Amino acid sequence: MGILSNRFQDNVFFTSSDAIINWSRKSSLWPQTFGIACCAIEMISAGCARYDLDRFGVVFRPSPRQSDVMIVAGTVTRKMAPIVRRLYDQMAEPRYVIAMGTCAISGGVYNTYAVVQGVDHVIPVDIHVAGCPPRPEALLHGFVQLQEKITGTKVLRRQDSADAAVGTI
Amino acid sequence: MPIDFLPVFLMVAVVVVLSVFILTLSRLIRPNNPYPEKNRPYECGVDHVGEASAGLFKVQYFVIAILFVVFDVETMFLFPWAVVLQDMGMFGYIEMLVFIVLLLVGFAYAWIKGALEWVS
Amino acid sequence: MLRNGLPLAPVLLPFGQRVSIDNSATDMPCLLVPPADLVDLCTQLRDDVSLRFDFLSDICGVDLHPKTPRFMLVYHLFSLPHKWRLRIKCHLTDPPIVPTVTQVWTTANWHEREAYDLYGITFDGHPDPRRIYMWEGYEGYPMRRDFPLRGYKDDYNPMGAERPAKEGGR
Repeated sequence: MGILSNRFQDNVFFTSSDAIINWSRKSSLWPQTFGIACCAIEMISAGCARYDLDRFGVVFRPSPRQSDVMIVAGTVTRKMAPIVRRLYDQMAEPRYVIAMGTCAISGGVYNTYAVVQGVDHVIPVDIHVAGCPPRPEALLHGFVQLQEKITGTKVLRRQDSADAAVGTI
Repeated sequence: MPIDFLPVFLMVAVVVVLSVFILTLSRLIRPNNPYPEKNRPYECGVDHVGEASAGLFKVQYFVIAILFVVFDVETMFLFPWAVVLQDMGMFGYIEMLVFIVLLLVGFAYAWIKGALEWVS
Repeated sequence: MLRNGLPLAPVLLPFGQRVSIDNSATDMPCLLVPPADLVDLCTQLRDDVSLRFDFLSDICGVDLHPKTPRFMLVYHLFSLPHKWRLRIKCHLTDPPIVPTVTQVWTTANWHEREAYDLYGITFDGHPDPRRIYMWEGYEGYPMRRDFPLRGYKDDYNPMGAERPAKEGGR
């Protein structure tokens, strides 16, 4: 997508450049505050003093235009689904999605007429954090896993078909 | 004399080169993928109603901005005057006082007419 | 007749046999009224000086599917000056049509929209008859007993039931 993206060989210069680019991207993941239901409380407490998210470089931004990652925290109802899709579309690449809680992963306990059975019917999800609600440490673990996923991403280097499914760069 | 300004020009050159380098490098690396849904105005996910320019803006913002420009230019004139005041003596002082009094008349007019009121 | 201290007799007198006392619950007095007398009774209850039921707490719809009459509306009233509670039940046949009480208590606007959205109960004279929980254009009334819990099958709901007559869709 960028002018120089995905076109170079795997040598030491481009591997190091990718390492620097990925390090800068994973160290300042700015999420959108997108708490829909109860998981938002655990997301808030993960951002507060005891389980500090700020030490990971995670600063909550109110607007999708300024954010890198969207934490879908809570039950996505069918009426809310187009709004979730539009907010995901309004984020700038590179963008990631963390589905937090079982309602966002698979509809949770609500196998009913009004609940989308998993937000991955609506947007592509990178990390699933299970729990009802997941403890703040689980969300922190989700962020660390997202950082590990970003670490292996090929930005300048050519992607082969096995890597093509990783992230949307 | 112009050679005294060499550090300034050097700094300007460094700043320009650095900015251009950073912006170009970013432009080469970052993804660029505009599509219509992404370019829509942000309204918390729902359809936006009307255009922002057709909205109701407080006219006081405009009035305050105009007054700011005028008095900022006046302040700008005060700076070089302050540097050479000692050489000009009393004559320079009276001259600037006349200038300030003229602008004070305008200030008093704006105040009395209610241009400084925030709530209309 | 006084019931738990409520002076209901003067209000019920004009309605005669049409409005009766329902004794099935003991937590608050309950009146049973046909839909035609509903608005008159509610206006009387709100305006009567000794009662002053000026706060509508809730309007619930109920679907009693195999039984007839199929639908029931339950109004919960509260009197702010006297702190009394009263329940009004109104049985409705299928298809359910009932006059609106929005002109008596303005809060009934949204409660009746909910009853329409989830049960399909139509309110005559409602100023804003649209759905409130489900989106515009949704087919079906979810809280009815014959509506499947998982909803009908479509692209967001692969495990839903098959729609009986026509194609499902969002």
